[in-house]
Amino acid sequence: MSTKTPAEASSGPPKGIGPMQRREMWLAYLMLLPTFAIILVIVAGPLLANFWISVKPVQLGDLRPPAVLVNERVRGNPEAAGDSATLEYRLRNSSQDEEIRDVVLRDAVPEGFNVTGLPDGCGLEDNRLTCMLGTVEPGWRDRLRLEGTVSNAFLATDDPEEISVAVVTGDADNVLTSFEFTFENFSRIFSAREFWSVLRVTFYYTIFGTGGAVVLGLFAAQLLNTAFAGRGFLRGLFLFPYVSPVIAVAFTWVVLFDPFSGTLNALLTKMGVITDPINFFGQRAIGFSLFGIPFEFPLALSTVIAFEAWRYFPLSFLFILARMQSINTDMYEAAEMDGATPLQQFWYLSLPQLMGILSVLFLLRFIWTFNKFDDIFLLTGGNAGTRTLTVDVYEQGFALANLGAGAAVAVVVFVVLVTFATLFIHFAPKEEGL
Amino acid sequence: MSPRSVVIAAVTGLICGVTAMVVLGVALTLITGAVALPQATAAGLAGLAGALALVWRQSRESTGGIPAWAIAATAVFLVLMTASFAAPFGLPLGTVTVWQGLALVTFIGGVTAALRLCLRDARLEAMSRYEREVIYIRVLKGIGFVVFTIIVALPFYVMVMTSLKSQQALLANPLDLSIDVSQGLDGLLRSYRELFTQFNFGRYLLVSAYVSIATVLLTLLFSVPGAYAVARLRFPGQGFLSRSVLLIYMVPAIVLVIPLYAVFSQLGLRNTLTGLLIVYPATTIPVALYMLQGYFRGLPSELEEAGLMDGLSRVGVILKITLPLSLPALASVSLYVFMIAWNEFLFAFMFLDDPGIFTLSRGVVSLNSSEVPRQHLMAGAVIATVPVLVLFLWFERFLVQGLTAGSVKG
Repeated sequence: MSTKTPAEASSGPPKGIGPMQRREMWLAYLMLLPTFAIILVIVAGPLLANFWISVKPVQLGDLRPPAVLVNERVRGNPEAAGDSATLEYRLRNSSQDEEIRDVVLRDAVPEGFNVTGLPDGCGLEDNRLTCMLGTVEPGWRDRLRLEGTVSNAFLATDDPEEISVAVVTGDADNVLTSFEFTFENFSRIFSAREFWSVLRVTFYYTIFGTGGAVVLGLFAAQLLNTAFAGRGFLRGLFLFPYVSPVIAVAFTWVVLFDPFSGTLNALLTKMGVITDPINFFGQRAIGFSLFGIPFEFPLALSTVIAFEAWRYFPLSFLFILARMQSINTDMYEAAEMDGATPLQQFWYLSLPQLMGILSVLFLLRFIWTFNKFDDIFLLTGGNAGTRTLTVDVYEQGFALANLGAGAAVAVVVFVVLVTFATLFIHFAPKEEGL
Repeated sequence: MSPRSVVIAAVTGLICGVTAMVVLGVALTLITGAVALPQATAAGLAGLAGALALVWRQSRESTGGIPAWAIAATAVFLVLMTASFAAPFGLPLGTVTVWQGLALVTFIGGVTAALRLCLRDARLEAMSRYEREVIYIRVLKGIGFVVFTIIVALPFYVMVMTSLKSQQALLANPLDLSIDVSQGLDGLLRSYRELFTQFNFGRYLLVSAYVSIATVLLTLLFSVPGAYAVARLRFPGQGFLSRSVLLIYMVPAIVLVIPLYAVFSQLGLRNTLTGLLIVYPATTIPVALYMLQGYFRGLPSELEEAGLMDGLSRVGVILKITLPLSLPALASVSLYVFMIAWNEFLFAFMFLDDPGIFTLSRGVVSLNSSEVPRQHLMAGAVIATVPVLVLFLWFERFLVQGLTAGSVKG
């Protein structure tokens, strides 16, 4: 086993792979295999599948493949042994626009039913019935009648035809696996007038939501950077928005900001700050004029952005605080001796030290905010000018039942995301331990 | 006397007074249900007077006599009562007298304490830029504490209090978030009782617990060996793999949902907990792997090498040396993954239609309809929040360490 490569034989540290390292390598691959198999199947697979679905004319209803539905009954009212009766199979193609090939019906003839006449294409072997129906048209309906006489055993059982269930098999083109492609999904979403506004809203939401969360986090970290009694308590409290379930905090905001029974509106109207309740999550824009120039303030979008900043500031706060506490204090003592004021110390000493973590946080939060779906969906459902790309995926795919269009939007999301991730890898400072 | 110093003291007093009044007025309203109209102008004047009195007293060289804070408090009280015509909260003193008295005492005490803290070394004579900035920063920090505490705590307060109200009480006065003790414990907890008896929330709790715990176990099962391999063993492609793990984590759930929906529908996994238990670990393994490998790297490798020398196999080293040493990291990863699984909304919402296997998130969403009163929705939110908050408070130290030890997530 110990074959020495030329590189190992020469002087200097060994290069290449020795037996021990080879064993380690295989062990490593073995340990990573299950993890990567799962991630490939559940994450990378769907990612690629999105591209596939996005070029297919597939609707939500197409997920159920076309099949032949069958219904079996006894006709002819047999009352005594020897009476003749008919077993009738009613068949129909569930799809109105797909044919089904190689349709075969299989069933067991109930006990005590003596078959006297078989329909075309059917064969009987012992009591097993097999009918070859061939290719059936879209929207096809038919009845198969099996003539016969009954015995007492047949009459003694209740619903004898239901003892064995007829099984129909057949091949149909599944729109998901067929090779039918169309670019209609993309042309539809790009030509929709609202698409560009969705894109604009997405970027507003992402930029301001991220900025808000990072700036709030920076302030909160400043507050808790000095030691005092109750600091641990406040740190725990400040993390609440982040660790609570999104459904709980989102619905709480909806209740808090409700125009009719919400606490905030009641407070503002009773205290005379506003005259009429404001529908924070339902009103697209609020108009006001500044020096005679009319402005439109996007109200619902701003409230959603405020929620985003509120919910995710704890994360930036934690990271900034951790970084602050690792800054060497000697520097501040020296600055103090030189007469630097607190603001100067913050601006010239702390901030440069924090730039690394701030930029990493901004980039990461930017990507995650861009990906966010739950928050907006629960707060406004994407109404009142708050529809972002991710909400649009849901809207197209499930609310409008057009899976193909939804996947096309998902492809757009993914492409934008890859762009960000590439930028991130380029610009993320390496020394932050990422 | 320097005009600049006087202005600083005055502005500090003004800000303290207004902030304290607004906060106390709103708190009084929410706690008692009586609508207070806090007299901000009067409070601002009171704070201003108190601040000037305090600084004036501090500037005098002589010590002894009445302490500065007592003079300031008296000034605050007198100016507030005069400027607000003896109704500092805009309420006749006869209504909720006890609470108003309490709020008044809190106001005077709070403003005086805040002024003492902020203007500790302030003088009316000229102060250096350094001394002035120290005062600005104290004022800013004070406001920061108040504002942050309110914006974080208020929604949770509203959530809990709303869940304890009745429909009529909520509609009659949305500001009244007091606890109505007269209806008794049974009446207070009515929404909770109905959620458990009529809306099947006991079952949702069990399903959520089952799904979350199973997700934690599956995630650890897969990520521990993976993280160890990435952190300790050398193999080609190591750097690429450890980076790509984080990239995988940036893939949004909404992009995965359509293909998974399509495939799970075909395979019959859509309306099952098995489906969730396939998706959840797959989305949490990358972050768990990332957190764990950071921790494993930090462990001294000499210990493991000693173990190898003593004849342990790699697997033996992992089981007998690495894992026992990484218990804190395992705890924080478990807690984190548990929180992700417990709070997950999108997949549960898309995949589950059968109320028999709803998770809590899915169950609370089903309460968000016009037929179900708001206090039930809020009670559902409380039920979903409490377990995860209790766990979090229990293991907060671990979580914070685990999160900040070189890993991040959205």
